[in-house]
Order: sequence, then C-alpha cells, then structure tokens
Amino acid sequence: MSQPESAIADAQAGGPKNGTPTKGQEPLAKLAERYGLRRAIARPSLPVYLRQLWERRHFITTYATARNVSKYSNSALGQLWQVLTPLLNAAIYYVMFGLILGAKGGIENYPAFLITGMFVFTYTQRSVSSGAKSISGNLSLIRALHFPRAALPLAYTIQEFQQLLISMGVLVVLVVITGELPTWLWLLVPVALALQTMFNIGASLVLARVGASARDLNQLLPFIMRTWLYASGVFFSIQDRVVNAAHLPQWIADVMYFNPAAAYMELMRDLLMKTHELRPYIWQVCVFWAVFALIGGFWYFWRAEEKYGRG
Amino acid sequence: MAELTEELSHVKAEEPGVPKTDVRVHPDPEPAGKDKERVPTVIVDDLHIIYRVYGAATDNEKGNAANALMRLVKRQGRPQMKEVHAVRGVSFVAYHGDAIGIVGRNGSGKSTMLRAIAGLLPPHSGAVYTDGQPSLLGVNAALMRELTGERNIVLGCYAMGMNPAQVKEKYDDIVDFSGIGEFVQFPMSTYSSGMGARLRFAIASAKSHDVLLIDEALATGDREFKRKSQERIKQMRQEAGTVFLVAHNLDVIEETCNRVIWLHKGKIKMDGDPKTVLAAYNA
Repeated sequence: MSQPESAIADAQAGGPKNGTPTKGQEPLAKLAERYGLRRAIARPSLPVYLRQLWERRHFITTYATARNVSKYSNSALGQLWQVLTPLLNAAIYYVMFGLILGAKGGIENYPAFLITGMFVFTYTQRSVSSGAKSISGNLSLIRALHFPRAALPLAYTIQEFQQLLISMGVLVVLVVITGELPTWLWLLVPVALALQTMFNIGASLVLARVGASARDLNQLLPFIMRTWLYASGVFFSIQDRVVNAAHLPQWIADVMYFNPAAAYMELMRDLLMKTHELRPYIWQVCVFWAVFALIGGFWYFWRAEEKYGRG
Repeated sequence: MAELTEELSHVKAEEPGVPKTDVRVHPDPEPAGKDKERVPTVIVDDLHIIYRVYGAATDNEKGNAANALMRLVKRQGRPQMKEVHAVRGVSFVAYHGDAIGIVGRNGSGKSTMLRAIAGLLPPHSGAVYTDGQPSLLGVNAALMRELTGERNIVLGCYAMGMNPAQVKEKYDDIVDFSGIGEFVQFPMSTYSSGMGARLRFAIASAKSHDVLLIDEALATGDREFKRKSQERIKQMRQEAGTVFLVAHNLDVIEETCNRVIWLHKGKIKMDGDPKTVLAAYNA
C-alpha cells in the first residue's frame, strides 16, 4: 500500500524540477539530505535542550503565574486557600494524632513540629502530583506549539514554589506563636527550600514522563501520596515510634530518614525549632536527593522528549 | 480542539461528492518562468500517523483509585483505548514559495498531517523533513479563559517563543489589530465568541514564520475582521517560505494557493493545481 503510493508521489514531486517528467526517481530521504532538510521530530542534545529551556524561561514563569492567578479566580477567598488548605490539614492531624491517638510522644512543641512537617510535605506532594499531570493534562498545548516539553513540569513546580513562598510566611508566624524565637539558623531556611525545590523539580519531571504514558497514575497517585505521608513522619517522630515504641532495629529508622520527604522535613525542623533533636547526615541526605533528582529527572524526561503528545 | 469545532460548523455546507477513481494530476502549476531551481522546504516521506484515543470508558472503568489498581493487578491494560490510523502513507514535496491548500472531508487527516509537519505529532512510520521550524498558526491552547486579555497576550507571545522586547513591541499591534478596545482588561471568559476569536488570531499572527501552517484560521470574526485577517495571511505568506492552508472555504484556497492536495481517508487522492483538484473535489 505504502510503497506504490510513495513512488507515485515521488515521481510527481521529483518530476517538475526542470519542467519535465521524471526519469530517475530519487528517494525522498536522499532529496531531503541533498537540500539539508532535517527531520521534523528530532531530540536535541541535552546541552542544547537545556539552552532552549533557558530561552523559554519567560514563558515558564509567565505560565506558572498565570495558572496561579486563574486557579483561584472562581473561589471567594481566592489565594487565601493556599494558606488555608495546609492549615486545615494541620488542624485535623493535630486533633487526630496529637490529642486523640497521642502520637506526640516526647516531642516538645508538638504544634510547631506538626505544622512545619505539614507545610514542607505539602510542597513536595503538590509539586509531584501536579507534575504527573503536566504533560497528560496539556496535550492540546503540546500538539499546537513548539517548546521544550520540560517547560511544563517546570512551570508547575514554579507555580507550587510561588504558593510555598506565601505559606512559608504563615509558617514562620505560626512557629513564632508556638514559642520558637528566631535564631541565626533561620537564615538557612532559603537554602533548605532551594534544595527541596531542586528535588521537587526532578521528581515532577520523572512523574511527568511516567504520567504521560501511564494514564492510571493519576488514579493511583492519591494512594501513593497517602502512604508517603504516613511513612515520612509528618505527625510523629520516626525515631520515637519505630525504635523506642515499636522496638524495631535502628537501621529501619535510618532507612526511613533517608526518604527525601522525611529528610527535608527534619532539616526544616532542625532549623526552625530549638528543641528539635539534630539527626546526623540530614544535610548530606538533602543535598544528595536534590542533586540526584534534578540531574536524573532532567535526563529521564529528556530521553522521551520527542514522544510526548502522541496520546 | 478549536479547529475541530470550527471544522464542524463548515462541514454541512460543503460535503463534497467523492469520486470513486483515484485521479492524479501532474502537480506543476507553477508558471513557466519560475521553475529554474526549486528548493524543497518540506518533504513528507511515506508518513503514517496513528493516534491513541482514550475515552468511551464505561462507568465501572472510571472513577476511584481502587479500580485503577485492580486493572493494573489484573493486567487488563486499557480496555477503552483505541487506535486511529489517521494518516496512511502520504508523500509529497513542497517547494519554496509554494502555498499549498489541503482539502478533504472531516476526519480525512488534514489537521493531523499539519501537526506532523509542524513536528508536533511523532510519525508512526515514515518521516517529515523540513527546512527550519514549521509553525502552526494558533496559540489557543496556551491561553486561559479566566485571565484578562492583557495577560493572555503576554502569555501567548511567550508561548510562541518571543522574548520580552518582542512582546513589548508587538503588544499594541495585537490590541489594535484585534479591535477589542478596553475589553483587553477583562477576563477572556467575558468576551463574545467573535472577540475571543479576533484576539486569538491577532496573537497568533503576530509572529513571522519560515514555514507557516494555517488550520482554518480564516473563518473567524465578522466580515470586516475576515477581510483584515485575509490580508494579514497574505502578508504572512509573502514573508514565509512555504504556506500550508487547511480550509473548508474553497474560495480562500482558490484565491491564495498555487497547489492543492486532496486528502481522503488519510491518503492523497489528488495533488495538483487548484482548478483541477477543486473541480474534481466539487464534482
């Protein structure tokens, strides 16, 4: 079917070059090569890709801001929900785990412990789950315009980052209200957030590629996120629950602290709360995850660049 | 998707009778003086496009996470997935200075082929070779209804790959050309459909392209705007090396194109000068 079709078109196309019908039929690929035409779909090398992405930085930030503005344009409280959602969550978990189930253990200033964990975890959770939808939810955009596709998960993470800046302000106020006084360590909070943002970008790039082909991911994601939430020690101290209360070996707790969400939460608590016990290697774990996720995420996402948009 | 709905509004009026024979006319509609050295700009080589379509899900396949997990566990795959073979082995060569009209009934693969030429849909097999980056005229997908016209102009320009200086330079042009006046400060959701279409076209046509692909962009707005936009298209044609134009409005094609490709069920039914092909298409 395709061969004769191509041959005829070839003859037609090659023919009119000198106004005379064709004699020798040049394959179209050869013709393209002779005139230096390139394949419409070809993946650029990674450095070129990153440069293209950099050239699109205005699009990425504008798109993120636009999404943030339009997201709450229908609700009466508007942008306030960015703060209310984690606050309400923290309130529920405080009642459930702090008061009823008594997960407090030996934690001093449990409200600050809980709220810090909640806000930090929410940032990663939202970046990752919106990243998973960034390709599959934007197929019409991908099929209409040219841009490095990584711009989409990036824009989604930046959108979450913009929201985080607001909720960090709230977090600081709340932590002070619970009785923590500012220390020099607080100056390191932006560094911790930068590391977490690097991890979030990488993770959302990975999930963007997975979500682009595996459509069931969006259904499964709530499960995964819930499990992650419980395993990360948002409302209890892993050390306290796993080793002291359940008498499990120490290495299990160590493995659980290697979980990036747990590590970023621990780091933030270390910085904000004077009473929080500093764990060894938390900085190293945070840096490792940031670098590993960012590089790995870009590489993994870029590998399928030309396939996004096929449905 | 906007193109699809636009296409639908045209289909009733112009449903052509389809001749059974596969007629091919020699496509050399160029006037004799021009064909010394014709430089190909777009080569489509035995292109096949297969779409995967999701949807048509029944109630018990959709919804909660538990069902999704069950399907993964049972390894049922995706029962509601269908494959559509939209373009089935199309080959042709487009040259510098060509304005090629593409006609065909709904679902004949016109828009799909355009997207493949633009490099936006990966081919299943075969290849598209191009000189420079072909671009589709249309930014609809990047715009957001809840945002003001102002924000959408900036967003749309960035989405097409402009830099801040270019956006500044083009901004007033876009507002003027669209003729929406102070509505530019209102959310696009408050616009009439004509105003929205005008703004979208004004944004989309603010950038010049090497290879320009136009998918039914001419059928927007009132008569005055139609005239203005046709002029804009002509001007863009002169700037661009090659233009592809999908339209159901055959007058537009006859007026602007020097070659017409007739697609039928994903294959080229006819390829040649506008008069011959359009006559056969209308027969």
